[in-house]
Amino acid sequence: MEIKREPLSGPGAPSDFRARQLMARDMLRGDLEGEALERYVKENVLTTTVDKAVAWSQGNSIWPLTFGLACCAIEMMSIVGARVDVARFGWEAFWASPRQADLLILSGRVSVKMAPVIRRIYDQMLEPRWAISMGACCSSMGVFNNYALVPADKFLPIDVHVPGCPPRPEALLHGILRLREKIHGTEREGWRERYHAVGTEEVVPNGTNTTSSAGDAAINVFPGGDTAGA
Amino acid sequence: MCSREGTPQVPDATGLEQTANALRDRNAESILGTDFGRGDRAVLLVNPAHVIDTLTYLKTEGYTFLASLHGVDYYPDEPRLGVLYELLDMTEVDRITVKVRVHTDNPRIATATGLFPGANFPEREVYDMFGVVFEGHPDMRRILMPEDFEGFPQRRDFPVGGEPVLFTYNEENSYGKWI
Amino acid sequence: MSLDTADYRKREESITYSAEPAGEGETHELLTLNIGPHHPATHGVLRLLATLEGEVVRDIKPIIGYVHTGIEKTAEDKAYWKVIPVVERMDYLAYYFNSLAFCGAVETLLDVEVPPRAQYLRVIHLELNRIMSHLVWLGTSALDLGAISMFWYCFRERETILDLFEMTSGQRMHTRYFQVGGVMEDIPRGFAAKLRTFLADMPNRADQYADLLEKNQIVFERLHGVCPLDAETLLSLGVTGPLLRAAGNPWDLRKASPYCSYDHFDFKIPVGTVGDNYDRYRVRHAEIYESVKIISQALEGLPEGPYITTDRKIALPPRHELATSMEALIHHFKLVTEGFRVPPGEAYYPIEGPRGELGCFVRADGSAKPARVHMRDSSFVNLQALTPMVQDSYLADLIATLAMLDPILGGIDR
Repeated sequence: MEIKREPLSGPGAPSDFRARQLMARDMLRGDLEGEALERYVKENVLTTTVDKAVAWSQGNSIWPLTFGLACCAIEMMSIVGARVDVARFGWEAFWASPRQADLLILSGRVSVKMAPVIRRIYDQMLEPRWAISMGACCSSMGVFNNYALVPADKFLPIDVHVPGCPPRPEALLHGILRLREKIHGTEREGWRERYHAVGTEEVVPNGTNTTSSAGDAAINVFPGGDTAGA
Repeated sequence: MCSREGTPQVPDATGLEQTANALRDRNAESILGTDFGRGDRAVLLVNPAHVIDTLTYLKTEGYTFLASLHGVDYYPDEPRLGVLYELLDMTEVDRITVKVRVHTDNPRIATATGLFPGANFPEREVYDMFGVVFEGHPDMRRILMPEDFEGFPQRRDFPVGGEPVLFTYNEENSYGKWI
Repeated sequence: MSLDTADYRKREESITYSAEPAGEGETHELLTLNIGPHHPATHGVLRLLATLEGEVVRDIKPIIGYVHTGIEKTAEDKAYWKVIPVVERMDYLAYYFNSLAFCGAVETLLDVEVPPRAQYLRVIHLELNRIMSHLVWLGTSALDLGAISMFWYCFRERETILDLFEMTSGQRMHTRYFQVGGVMEDIPRGFAAKLRTFLADMPNRADQYADLLEKNQIVFERLHGVCPLDAETLLSLGVTGPLLRAAGNPWDLRKASPYCSYDHFDFKIPVGTVGDNYDRYRVRHAEIYESVKIISQALEGLPEGPYITTDRKIALPPRHELATSMEALIHHFKLVTEGFRVPPGEAYYPIEGPRGELGCFVRADGSAKPARVHMRDSSFVNLQALTPMVQDSYLADLIATLAMLDPILGGIDR
């Protein structure tokens, strides 16, 4: 799969970290058109068998980076342990060098001093690369909503957020499996699929304060697969 | 506390007064007050200019271990910034506290690293969090916050900070929205 | 004011070289190497600036703050009840100890008696936490040394302990089990049996760890005689805990000034002789056996009674009372919305954590929120001992010593 870097254009194309999520949101709303839609399909839907095979092997042999920050790191270490065994999925090779790792599991609270370091490490990782924000502290501010912490979304594009404080190893594994599905191209719609609710979105009534580009289109639309357990 | 016998042992009120008087004999202005708090807590309130003398004397008296050095912001009581030295006598299992209070406009105290080398990191932390400068410290820099951080976070008038909670009705106009 | 080149050169001038340059054109040069904050062997995000002469470490400068969370500032913003989960996340392997230090300080200020059953339950959980902390330490340290398979064995035992924690409180880590005045809930049925199975098994497992590591020549060479530090230097640096006990000083707060009914139990304090890495390893390993002894004594002698203080102004009333008693309803309401108020005062409550003296300083100003919470963390003070320990030793010994020092960055940075 060839990765080419180009700026996106179209209604759902802000050039920032949530580009993929916003594009998926516009896709669900039906707002993607023309070139943006073709881009989306090309990138996210695996069309050829070779693409599928490559994605299958990528998803089954991710090399996570050894990156533990705080308490969530201990639970991340226990997914390597024998009870919740991440080696079943081929992910046991925790790599210390960012140049050779695929996945950055941000486990723990990201302080103001550490954020540029993490960004530098993420930049050193080679494409294709993914990031899991593990725990409440890096996904949202967690227990500590204060001057010293930065949510990971502010400086990294995150693929999967795993809630919990700390998330159980099984919860982290669930997040990891959702990421694996995302890599394989079989990401789920989340609860909308389970309850046959695909196509139900909530519409904001007129007069409410929404100045977004989508006007009074859907709100509360979570793109399936981008939030673990949505 | 878990049990009355379980609280740390301190010199009783008379013992504290005797220590205070001995210190006052050495230097009349050093002890500003004594306090015998709840939980059997013996506190000596010391003049900032005479901290090192007091600590040296207490060290010769047997309180050779500096258990903790931390700062407190007594806002709005003046003098605002307090530094507490928790000393421990290991042979007799006795604890005593030395409290020093300085104003924010001249928060300087002599360093205790000469007496207790273990005061190195804690003094840097008190400087980082409260702004109290310890004169003579070998490495007076911020320790926990980034080097170029402005402000002293643990002071009571420093805001807690954090990200505001975003709801869909205020998401567009809130400064916390980072899209 | 910050680390500029002039600073380094000045310090380097004071370092004496070990050997004269051998041949023509050879010069001395010191290398300043940055280890961390992201590194497989630093336990957490610790940054070390090492000045090396060849492979020999001449100076080391720990730089911390990469996981500073502002816990103490957040704690000033919350009611006392709500500070407990915040403070637990500080030293993230010793969460029961963090909460006991805080609850103990608040109980001192409130002058409230903790019932004996609660004290024994606290001791059981504290010692289980101590075993768990030492297991994680052992697993990760062996990983650093290269004995990778220890990691899985230690984490297997850790899972059993976490199952026990989950039985009592519902959470594996950061359980919020200790409350001001006692514990959150009584132990469920089946806990005692499961704990007994674990206690019967744990000494055998610890023997297996010893068999795996101690007879190994490589582990022996890397630990024995490496980076010793004597007790006087450690005391002057403020170091307590297994590091001090490995150097020969048997200081342990559980014996010296017993808190929380530790004086009801019969246990020994493992003490080392030389204070090198091997002694540090042995002291912690022996503490596992002693903790097992304490837990079995506490379990056998567990008294009947309430598991939290009956003072309704501090602890929530039991739910069935809310339907019948008006006072219970009012107490519940006040405690949940505002929280209990603590009369003004200051308290410092030190306990013996797995890494040394863990103390909590609480200043109360009469309101429902603490005015200052400071945790005197043992790792923060113990880290100062790293520089004298690794001076003039090899870089590989630095890694081994850092592992044996057992720093927990959450406690260091708070």
